[in-house]
Amino acid sequence: MSTLEKVVHVKFCAAIAVIFGLSAANAADGPHFGQPISAADLAPWDISVGPDGVGLPPGSGTPAQGAVVYADHGCAACHGDNGTGGPGGPLVGGGPLNATDRTPEKLIGNYWPYATTIFDFVRRAMPWQQPKTLTNDESYAVTAYILALNKIIGENDVMNAETLPKVQMPNRDGFVSRYPDKH
Amino acid sequence: MRVRKPRHSDSPPTVAGNGLLDRRALLGRGIALAGAVGTSLTSAAAEPLTNGPWSMAPGVPVPPYGQPSKFEKKVVRTLSNPNLEPRGSAARTPHHLLNGTITPNGLHFVIARGGETNVDPDQHRFVIHGLVKQPMVYTLDALHRYPMVSRITFLECGGNSAPLYSKEPIQASVQAIHGLSSCAEWSGVLLSTLLEEVGVDPKAKWLIAEGADLPTMNRSIPIAKAMDDAMIALYQNGEALNPSNGYPMRLLLPGYEGNMNVKWLRRIKLVESPVMAINETKQYTILLPSGKAWQFYFPQEVKSFITQPSPGLNMAGPGFYEISGIAYSGNGRISKVDVSADGGKSWAPAALQEPVLSKAFTRFRMPWSWDGRPVILQSRATDEAGNVQPTRDALIAERGPPRGTPNVAAFTMEHFNAITSWGVDDKGEVSHVYA
Repeated sequence: MSTLEKVVHVKFCAAIAVIFGLSAANAADGPHFGQPISAADLAPWDISVGPDGVGLPPGSGTPAQGAVVYADHGCAACHGDNGTGGPGGPLVGGGPLNATDRTPEKLIGNYWPYATTIFDFVRRAMPWQQPKTLTNDESYAVTAYILALNKIIGENDVMNAETLPKVQMPNRDGFVSRYPDKH
Repeated sequence: MRVRKPRHSDSPPTVAGNGLLDRRALLGRGIALAGAVGTSLTSAAAEPLTNGPWSMAPGVPVPPYGQPSKFEKKVVRTLSNPNLEPRGSAARTPHHLLNGTITPNGLHFVIARGGETNVDPDQHRFVIHGLVKQPMVYTLDALHRYPMVSRITFLECGGNSAPLYSKEPIQASVQAIHGLSSCAEWSGVLLSTLLEEVGVDPKAKWLIAEGADLPTMNRSIPIAKAMDDAMIALYQNGEALNPSNGYPMRLLLPGYEGNMNVKWLRRIKLVESPVMAINETKQYTILLPSGKAWQFYFPQEVKSFITQPSPGLNMAGPGFYEISGIAYSGNGRISKVDVSADGGKSWAPAALQEPVLSKAFTRFRMPWSWDGRPVILQSRATDEAGNVQPTRDALIAERGPPRGTPNVAAFTMEHFNAITSWGVDDKGEVSHVYA
């Protein structure tokens, strides 16, 4: 907001305060046309999952269970058998990121810094034709399947709210933030 | 009264190589264009005038919602995914067929990951929660009761201009190369108004903004930007948002990467640190030659490109032309646009069309007398923060050499704001070149 816009905005709020006979402190609270909502009532939309695991729901899944989900939901149509690629891009592979001979692909195994992002994206956006229909167990299972395909976890490892944030992704330290220093 | 004798200096002087003329000739400041081009009076005489059928019969009923002329059918966006296959869709603005600075709503660029989302405004809800005193839900009707602001601002996809990051110059139109950038007037409620009302916990340093579309698109945004000039936009060029641009509400973060301006906005959660969404850890990160990648690169840096002439708009022989284009910066106002007709050897300042607004398209114009010989046209913008649009060579030194010549629609690089070069050959054909 420009200085001028700020001045106009402050003046507007001050005018509202005069009209309703409010003190300056109350005026800062604004017009109040929102409706309060409880954490329980907004929970169906609160699907954010942080890299520390905050927000991960109960449930669990294994790579073997994930292979079944992957087959049942036709994931191979976009991502290929065993995640080897298709119109939606591959889920495995990815060479060294400093390769000089070709453009490196930014894939899960060579690029993604956090395993929690896989679960988060699967749960909110996949499968493309029917997003938000997988159960939490199914989302954990598909995540485990993808991580195992990339040999980041073992074939029998169980992914849940406790284990998933602890998975060390190979490119965890590959990023430099441009904010706030360089903007 | 003294009659002023025409003097030689009243015709526009050449100000840079290959026939660039003084921009003051466009501004009515005592320099006439007449005389600049000696051949202009040699055209054949015009045909006699006649009445067209449209002058000799009634027209058609005026429609309730006006559409462009039926003779303008070629002025459309190009679509990357016309049959909505299961992947993202891009629609690009035809800059070479437009003028001025405001993009019509139907031609505004679009990136959509689940197609155009059609939200029922009566059922739509927008929630603010997380590190706040009281989580609140807003209906569209409720938002309409808040004080609103309007501002003209550009939006640009972080991957716009990616075709410049190619080994060989990709032969494509300015629409294909720079079409993921548009400018509109947006009206809505300042996000700070709502954040002050819900009471933000001082621990909150970021917010997560999330859409109601297929992938529930989400991005992390610094609280400083949210409290500065962020808007919940409800109107686009005076009418409700276009469905492709987030109807009934979108986040607007002037100057920031397009993807962060979350469309079909349904949720904002105040948090302590970024959520590390797919679009801030995989997409919209810039892989450097070292193997490290830049993350959270938010502002769209100073950029310009010439829209007329440009590839596909070939020139009709020697004579007078106006070189015209668009400049903008996510860091503020455009302070200067220089134009070159000799591949960057000499430059002269273009006229900037008023108003020159912060974080908005600025139209630049440059009078030019083309002598019919091959030239290379370039534009170079500077913003009020002193940032100068870099050469392609300078950006490539920073990002590493491109490894191939990808498909023109591929996103092999982000935030690539290098100078664009158009070559004009002796037949007047315009092509994309590196210079």
